[in-house]
Amino acid sequence: MTQALFECRDLTKHFPIRSMFRETGRVHAVEEVNLSIPEGQTVGLVGESGCGKTTLARTILYLIEPTSGQVLFCGDDVGAYGRKRLRAFRRETAIVFQDPYSSLDPRMLIADVVGEPLAIHKVVYGEDRDSAVLELLERVGLKSEHLYRYPHEFSGGQRQRLAIARALAAEPRFVLLDEATSALDVSVQAKILNMLTQLKAEFQLTYLLISHDLNVVRHLSNEIAVMYLGQVVEYGTRDQVFSVPTHPYTRGLLAAAPSLDPDDRDRPREIALEGEVPSAVDPPSGCRFHPRCPNRKPECSEVRPELVDIGDGHLVACIPE
Amino acid sequence: METREGLLVVDKLKTQFFTYGGVVEALDEVSFEIRQGEIFGLVGESGCGKSVTASSILGLVAKPGRVISGRVLLDGEDLLTKTQRQMNRIRGSRIAMVFQDPTSSLNPLFRVGYQVAEPYIYHQHRRKREALVDATEILSKTGLPDAKEKARNYPHELSGGMRQRAMIAMSLTCEPDMLIADEPTTNLDVTIERQILDLVGDLQREFGTSVLWITHDMGVVAQLCDHVGVMYAGNIVEKADVRTLFREPMHPYTIRLLRAIPSAVTSEEHLEEIPGVVPRLVNPPTGCRFHPRCDQAMPVCSEVKPTELEIRPGHTVACHLFGGGGETA
Amino acid sequence: MSLRDNLPFGPRYRMLKKRLHPITKEWGLTFYVLRHSKLAVVGAIIVFSFIFIAIFGSLLAPYDPVATTIQERFQGPSASHPFGTDKMGRDVLSRMLAGAQHSIKAGAIVLAIAVPLGVILGGVAGLFGGWIDEVLMRITDIFLAFPSLVLAMSFSAALGPSLFNAMIALSIVWWPMYARLVRGQALAVRETSYVEAARSRGAGRWHIMFKHILPNCLSPILVTLTLDMGWVITAAAALSFLGFGAQPPMPEWGRMVSDGRVYMLRAWWVSVFPGIGIVLTVLGFNLLGDGIRDSLDPKLRRLTEVKWRRGKDSSSSTS
Repeated sequence: MTQALFECRDLTKHFPIRSMFRETGRVHAVEEVNLSIPEGQTVGLVGESGCGKTTLARTILYLIEPTSGQVLFCGDDVGAYGRKRLRAFRRETAIVFQDPYSSLDPRMLIADVVGEPLAIHKVVYGEDRDSAVLELLERVGLKSEHLYRYPHEFSGGQRQRLAIARALAAEPRFVLLDEATSALDVSVQAKILNMLTQLKAEFQLTYLLISHDLNVVRHLSNEIAVMYLGQVVEYGTRDQVFSVPTHPYTRGLLAAAPSLDPDDRDRPREIALEGEVPSAVDPPSGCRFHPRCPNRKPECSEVRPELVDIGDGHLVACIPE
Repeated sequence: METREGLLVVDKLKTQFFTYGGVVEALDEVSFEIRQGEIFGLVGESGCGKSVTASSILGLVAKPGRVISGRVLLDGEDLLTKTQRQMNRIRGSRIAMVFQDPTSSLNPLFRVGYQVAEPYIYHQHRRKREALVDATEILSKTGLPDAKEKARNYPHELSGGMRQRAMIAMSLTCEPDMLIADEPTTNLDVTIERQILDLVGDLQREFGTSVLWITHDMGVVAQLCDHVGVMYAGNIVEKADVRTLFREPMHPYTIRLLRAIPSAVTSEEHLEEIPGVVPRLVNPPTGCRFHPRCDQAMPVCSEVKPTELEIRPGHTVACHLFGGGGETA
Repeated sequence: MSLRDNLPFGPRYRMLKKRLHPITKEWGLTFYVLRHSKLAVVGAIIVFSFIFIAIFGSLLAPYDPVATTIQERFQGPSASHPFGTDKMGRDVLSRMLAGAQHSIKAGAIVLAIAVPLGVILGGVAGLFGGWIDEVLMRITDIFLAFPSLVLAMSFSAALGPSLFNAMIALSIVWWPMYARLVRGQALAVRETSYVEAARSRGAGRWHIMFKHILPNCLSPILVTLTLDMGWVITAAAALSFLGFGAQPPMPEWGRMVSDGRVYMLRAWWVSVFPGIGIVLTVLGFNLLGDGIRDSLDPKLRRLTEVKWRRGKDSSSSTS
């Protein structure tokens, strides 16, 4: 049984909306999320804009302080970490961002950009650091002549490789891939995805993958959590979620993603989801999805459904038929 | 090969950009046609020239770019020979456009209803009051809930999906013959994208408008388009009807591209990669522009540019594997 | 990390050499862009001439700038006195040559005080945010609210009119602009992905400040500094003109303009030449400052880089 690297317990994050020093409302970004990320696995976090996946990921890494709830890293409460332990935690976790053009400091040489984690944690100095960086560059398919150049001399795909090299510096155990391939062309994306798969095995990493692209999520993830308006509505292995999507939102999401088979348009399809994601400031009562749900029942607006195990660890937050 | 029944016929369109760094050969004799009432998808990765194709057709190529040669026939008339004034009359009324970012296409200072009504006022010289009424009607046709209320909103008060519906409404006001859409759903959530794609399909059937849909998303192409053109580095490398293209792609680039997309059928461990990178168009590769990355390249591929050959009715490929001999020997 | 590593041919030395290369390339590009802007070159020429005069002016002056020779007073521009003489018979040109140093000293001292002060306050405000930011920015606002010249005048009047006191007074009103500039940059840089990346890996505030915020501030500070130099010189001249700065017989240009005011109709050259001097100086710094700003602009650099590389390739013999 693989130990959970991360475990979230009733993790909640609300952002206050202030007007003239008084709180006039709250953005309910993440609401009582219970999620565990097993070591060595890739957990995919899917959902559309406003679902809270970005906030959830940042809260798990304690880059944002939760409003309530706990984040456990290898069993320890991250909220109780002292400064030193927190720094060590930051060494063990890394992020790869979506936009390769803004995630590298344009004024720094590549050697310093990629070597920054080594500098922060005082791992190695001087020319030893540059040698370490060189090794990382080679792992991501770049060369020694790239070491002393500026970021603007590189293409988007190469920059993303640099971002990944930086993430791997100082030997992290966990990498958050925040839409890491969304800004890349298909052919470049394929290379990066292959590389990520390879690196995960080589370095024994754990990934949390955020993406709106279901194909990428399916390709890379072992387990998947589907989020809607701050809550996890479905969770399971990749095969469970993609082959037997149970929550109406998951079904709508999977049906909406345009398939690569032109004949699919002639086949009967799941009804398209109507409407749009409501505001997180004033979320719907009970099950937050009920206004758009094709299967809604009267009780759906009153009671918020819990995540229920429908078999083999496949969790769904919906009132059973 | 060129049937004159096409509503829009693009014939050997060549566009270049004269920059500090040299001449960027953005479009290298691009040819395709769109028939009445059909949706044509132009698909390719970034830098392949699909957006430049749209701006060339519309006469909106930004400096330092220029259309060098070719013809763009709309119902027989060559748009490239028209003056800016004439094009102003055509844009918005006979050819309409929808762009990727509705936020920057809508003026933040004016109400949405007014902006949708603008084409009525400008092209059809209607009175503001009537125009607004018709604008509201067309807005509700695009599925915008409470269209009357929303018409009085400003763009920033609407969501991305709503703004895109407003853009579509605006484009359909004068019942154009042709709609050019440049990545209109790329920034939208997938469920909203589905709604917009369904909407475009419905409206297109109702109005009979021909559509040029530009995208990098093969999935959208598969679900929306009737015919497809695949672009690479300023050339159209393959053209076919949508089912044929996905079932039996012929050009090496198309094949590799489809295999690089993660999907239910790709291997879990490894996606097929296309070696190399998209070439710079300042000094593009000689002969076939894809040859440096092609695993089936032959000596002739680096010397002679392949012409488009119709290997089956309706299916053209520009590749020497299918005998696309060029003019220069 | 021993001494041996720092010797030539040691590994650290090699690394430092390799790191120097791209940095010099970037500077090379900066100079290339500057060289090719006609206005920037004009500005540079003016500025360097001015600096040259400031350093060597006293030596170059043909006549004694302070000695009075009443017989020679109010002589118009001639071969022996190209800029004429003033009411005390002093050669205007000599006075200008000797006086340039005062203007530049004034500018340099004011900026040497104002810039670090402003940068530190603005940096702290931007880095820490919260109430520290609020408090510092309100203080900045207070100083900005004062009409700078009036405040400087009152300081000068309180401390006693002299060029030195004028410089102190100007420093006090000059730092807010830099504080705002650096604070704005700090806020912008704080929001970038690369700072978020550093934070997520455990970088502390000071690491962010010195490795990310300040380096990204250097360019705007340099540009503003250059442009400002001209304005500080004008302000010092203005204070002197009004009597609150340089006192006679110091040949400071602003003072000279003021002294010659009364005699404008009779001996226009006494005021006009120093006045033109001030105008040219400010113009020079403005043009140079604009040129520097353009040469540091990433878009323009990228466009010009291609031309620069082409030029270098064609001049080298290997193909």
